[in-house]
Amino acid sequence: MSTIGTPSQPSVTVAAGKPAVETTSWWAIKWKEIKARKHSYILMSPYMLLFAVFTVLPVIMSVIISFTYFNMLEFPRFIGWQNYSRLFLEDDVFLVAIKNTILFAVITGPLSYMACFVFAWIINDLRPKLRAFMTLIFYAPSISGNVYFLWQMIFSGDRYGIANGFLIKMGVLLDPIQWLKTEQYIMPIIILVQLWLSLGTGFLAFIAGLQTVDKTLYEAGAVDGIKNRWQELWYITLPSMKPQLMFGAVIQITSSLAIADVSIYLAGFPSVNYAAETIVTHLIDFGTIRFEMGYASAIATVLFTLMVGTNLVVQRLLRRVGE
Amino acid sequence: MRLALPIRKRRVNRSFSGTFWMFVLLAAVAAFMALPLVYAINAAFKPLDEIFLFPPTLFVRHPTTSNFIDLMTLLGQSWVPFSRYIFNTFFITGMGVVGHVLLASAAAYPLAKHKFPGSKIIFTVVVLSLMFTPQVTAIPNYMVMSWIGLIDTYWAVIVPAFAFSLGLYLMKQFMEQIPDALLESAKIDGANEYRIFWQIVMPNVKPAWLTLVILLFQMLWGTDGNGFIYSEQLKTLHYASNQIIFGGIARAGVGSAVALILMSVPIALFVFSQSRIIETMTTSGMKD
Repeated sequence: MSTIGTPSQPSVTVAAGKPAVETTSWWAIKWKEIKARKHSYILMSPYMLLFAVFTVLPVIMSVIISFTYFNMLEFPRFIGWQNYSRLFLEDDVFLVAIKNTILFAVITGPLSYMACFVFAWIINDLRPKLRAFMTLIFYAPSISGNVYFLWQMIFSGDRYGIANGFLIKMGVLLDPIQWLKTEQYIMPIIILVQLWLSLGTGFLAFIAGLQTVDKTLYEAGAVDGIKNRWQELWYITLPSMKPQLMFGAVIQITSSLAIADVSIYLAGFPSVNYAAETIVTHLIDFGTIRFEMGYASAIATVLFTLMVGTNLVVQRLLRRVGE
Repeated sequence: MRLALPIRKRRVNRSFSGTFWMFVLLAAVAAFMALPLVYAINAAFKPLDEIFLFPPTLFVRHPTTSNFIDLMTLLGQSWVPFSRYIFNTFFITGMGVVGHVLLASAAAYPLAKHKFPGSKIIFTVVVLSLMFTPQVTAIPNYMVMSWIGLIDTYWAVIVPAFAFSLGLYLMKQFMEQIPDALLESAKIDGANEYRIFWQIVMPNVKPAWLTLVILLFQMLWGTDGNGFIYSEQLKTLHYASNQIIFGGIARAGVGSAVALILMSVPIALFVFSQSRIIETMTTSGMKD
């Protein structure tokens, strides 16, 4: 941390009759620092005010509301842990949602995280023009917006759908399959589309991180007896970009636990026999359709805990990379 | 293997077959990634008889611009003039992007370069907020907005975008690499904090601006204001396009045209700013 910009500290003025000890108390020191730094606070205040109102306050409210019965019309009524016990003990659909979410997260999270890294790693070895082109190919899906529409056309239930048409022509199928209305196909399709979409910010961070790795380390490594590219990867590349790995993990975990849009657009809402229900679609169901705000907030709180918990565990694991 | 040559020259410890299989993998996955996009481009130029051709084709045989012409005709008949949707989207996107870049930069500068009581806690909360999605706070967010009276205005989408936490995070990480000596010399020359921020720091973080612009643009461009905006006159291009896309078989071709137009804007923006964005991302890392 730098110390520039610190205005010259005025010498401690001791008010008449007061002991000098008081001015050096912890609070007095802090207060002086705060006054000396008032411009920092002024610069930060507009952003922080909005951040507090639209991010911090809603999280706190969500946790508080989760302990109440609240239907948006009457004043919330405190009911303790009832929402949570109902969630875990009585709500069968929520258990399906948890199962689906964890399945999505366990498959798409690590897979897309590794895909982000592996493809960034391969692309990094390409020549600049080709590297820029490949980066675009891999990153474009995550920024192209209206993409669900494309996948709906591909997995359309009639013979004009690309997947059906192709398989019928190949002779694999005789009749078109209702891909998005058949329980057993819904999950794999959503996982596929989610993977397609997931090479986003984390991927860019990895590409960038690889470019910052000190090239002389590789030469030094070769002298020290590193034999092949896998050893090079584990002992030099990965440890050098630990900060990016951490950042990528946060982004990837969060997006893989929050799958909802893909499910809603492809499988419908609600999906056939709740086959594609996730924690977030369950939350949307109770929050915007049934108006059980206390219950929906309990779902949100569970999701938030799950995300922060997973992040902490994964970050602890990542610290061991290259050891 | 044309590609393999320069690599083998640069580093000794590589095997040829390893390089070969890695590029096969890269090519295969790249094809999968590109397939839907290639399909989208082709579908937009297909005449009606090709859209419902069996077996379906990936590439267009007799390209036509009739889908785009139909789109124009269709737009001329809509209840709210189409230019209104365009204006709404540009207004929301423009205001949101400019406001976010300014506010997030102003907040990032003290966090990156000054030490003051509370700075660590504030940054920890920002990092923590990267770990949840908007859905977690959707309900209280709605309540807060209705208290402030933002529901059914553009600002319900714009104002929360100002406080997007990923942008602040990336900007702060990028600002940390500005040399302290530069700021100190400005200080000695008598510049106050605001001048240093505006005349020294801001011009030095141009790549980070562009990154924030892209991230926010992408987020706001795709928004349909769902749940916050109800008036038809205030709705966005994305919303209007959904109406066209899901409007039935007769409009299948038009839908493809709309999808292509909508997705090409953020992609084009990324193409022009790619190197700057990567430069920003080099500093994105999270230290313990």
